[in-house]
Amino acid sequence: MPSPEQWTHPEPGEGPAAQAAQPSREQVIAGLRNTDAGGAEVTQLLTPEGERIASPQFDRYISDIDPDALRGLYRDMVLVRRADREANAMQRQGQLGIWVPLLGQEAAQVGSGRALRPQDMAFPSYREHGVAYTRGVDFKELLGIFRCTDHGGWDFKAHGFHPYTIVIGNQVLNAAGYAMGQKFEGKVGDDDGEATIVYFGDGATSQGDVHEGFVWAAVYDAPLVFFCQNNQWAISEPTERQSRLPLYQRARGYGFPGIRVDGNDVLACLAVTRWALEECRHGNGPVLIEAFTYRMDAHTTTDDPTRYRLSEELEVWKHKDPIERVRVHLARNGYADQAWFDQIESEADAFAADLREFCFNMPEPPPERVFTGVYAEPSPVLDSQRDEFLSYLAGFVEAGER
Amino acid sequence: MAAPVKSPVDGAVPAVQKLTIGKALNMGLRAAMEADDKVLILGEDVGKLGGVFRITDGLQKDFGEQRVLDTPLAESGIIGTAVGLAVRGFRPVCEIQFEGFIFPGFDQISSQLAKLHYRTQGRVKVPVVVRVPYGGGIGAVEHHSESPESLFAHIAGLKVVSCSNPTDAYWMIQQAVACDDPVLFFEPKRLYHNGQLKSEVDTTTPPGPLFASRVVREGTDCTLVAYGPSVKVCIDAAAAAAEEGRSLEVIDLRTLSPLDLAPVFESVRRTGRLVAVSEAPSESSITSEIAARVQQECFYSLEAPVLRATGFDTPYPPSKLEEHYLPDLDRVLHTVDRAMGW
Repeated sequence: MPSPEQWTHPEPGEGPAAQAAQPSREQVIAGLRNTDAGGAEVTQLLTPEGERIASPQFDRYISDIDPDALRGLYRDMVLVRRADREANAMQRQGQLGIWVPLLGQEAAQVGSGRALRPQDMAFPSYREHGVAYTRGVDFKELLGIFRCTDHGGWDFKAHGFHPYTIVIGNQVLNAAGYAMGQKFEGKVGDDDGEATIVYFGDGATSQGDVHEGFVWAAVYDAPLVFFCQNNQWAISEPTERQSRLPLYQRARGYGFPGIRVDGNDVLACLAVTRWALEECRHGNGPVLIEAFTYRMDAHTTTDDPTRYRLSEELEVWKHKDPIERVRVHLARNGYADQAWFDQIESEADAFAADLREFCFNMPEPPPERVFTGVYAEPSPVLDSQRDEFLSYLAGFVEAGER
Repeated sequence: MAAPVKSPVDGAVPAVQKLTIGKALNMGLRAAMEADDKVLILGEDVGKLGGVFRITDGLQKDFGEQRVLDTPLAESGIIGTAVGLAVRGFRPVCEIQFEGFIFPGFDQISSQLAKLHYRTQGRVKVPVVVRVPYGGGIGAVEHHSESPESLFAHIAGLKVVSCSNPTDAYWMIQQAVACDDPVLFFEPKRLYHNGQLKSEVDTTTPPGPLFASRVVREGTDCTLVAYGPSVKVCIDAAAAAAEEGRSLEVIDLRTLSPLDLAPVFESVRRTGRLVAVSEAPSESSITSEIAARVQQECFYSLEAPVLRATGFDTPYPPSKLEEHYLPDLDRVLHTVDRAMGW
């Protein structure tokens, strides 16, 4: 089979003969999924077996990651996974209306999130709980959305973490505008520059807004890192329903670099995102990163992945677990002993217990919350609607019916 | 005459000038950009060309390409990046070339622009203005003559206004830019360069708040309520009716969301009759809302049901037929006759 490079980038001027040599469907799918064992197509710094791979291009971006820092990344991923599992369980127990699990995507989120600096801004989709954690957003602050008491309560400016966006792809354009603003304000151009990162999935790459975001960021040289977490499945639709080209290669059509990184390798995600952010800070953005990963759980708790994917696929990806490879690496090199791993486990248990207690005790919003915050400036029509409704409710209280 | 207002670009300009709606909008945008350097204009062809209607004429030349952005041709991109720019602290003013092209941007308007403030309980403000040339009567091809304003008035979180004269055009656009909420600003395109409407604009003092309707002609027999391009039709109809001894009151709604119906209620309590006029299709429209609310508030004052003179519930027709589609002076007067004869 020809390599993807050969069939995805036909040279201009090739005639009908070249078109006749279009890849078969099987070749397209193989190209989309071709990341085995590293190789030219995927950037990997830590193998699933916990072996560190040297990279002339990217090693310098993680030169500060000593054993202590690596233990920190491991701890991040363990806590995030534990909180994610706890939230998933709480949904099953009826405590949350829905949960969007991130199981399997901890390295992509923690690695890229830890690459950000305080002055940077992240625009998430709705699965970026791990990125939120790295931005200092308390995991508890995410729960309101899923317990349906609010739509997102954190201070986006203080954390550099925009509210979640549920409509697929919308946030990509919002991020492009924000990054344009950073550029207009002259915050781009040197090591201290600002950058924006936007998260979206493989399914979102089919949305017009993502395409338009690529166009806008390119023509305005916006300092924007497009971080696509290709977890292989857009609910039940596989990547081959979105593209016949590996997603990172799409960047070429817009005129900026695209790179595929092993999304289950926290070091590679950290290094590549730091590189991309540096490009943006210096005014060389935008950059597209495709973090090649896998959603180990359902799309959301309403989903049943056994209807559309084979268990064999899941088994293959279990061997690529993002946390396990760091654990093996730490243990094999003597950077952490069992006592330390146990301590992290008990820390994670406490983290989850705290989350659970908070969830169970969350107050329900009062009825007037329906009306608050619709507008920045007062709206007399809405005010009278609210007053009328509250007076109606008060009638029940008087009659002793509530 | 009051002392002239200094403009840093043009030098001294007289405080009262005779302007068309189009020129008044241009000057209003210029004033808004001078007042706040966070104000940006973005849209298709708004820079060198000055917009297809020339409303942004000369602004890029004077404020530069970073404040007046000729964008790629995609409406979701225009609105979506404006949202991001607003989150960053800018005050973007988007131009949609024609109202029929707004729908690719509808998702960003309804999902993000309208909802971010509510989603975050005020932590994120999105002071974006979306300027929309709208309405018929210009003999155009499909998608260039529609009146989709009701669709936006239906979306909570947006404010929707429409101007009908040069003074309002000059001031309302500045007030919309200064508003911390997203504002859909519907501009009556067939009146942009209408010489009959050219009038003196006092550029020193705004005539009133943005979200308020106004009685523009007093009368005693029947109330006409309209907005945007239909206001001129109603004023002309009232003048014609006066020649036949009938006194019509005309109210320019100006704000469609929030609707300011207090002056309408007050008027209907005096006249006992209301005709609502709009170019939009009648079903589930601004005029439907007016009819519902007026019958609720003024039931005992009404001498006749609220009647409407509107576009039909059809797609906008080929423009050789638009004279039949658009509620003109005769159709308005016919509807008034029906109300009076009840």
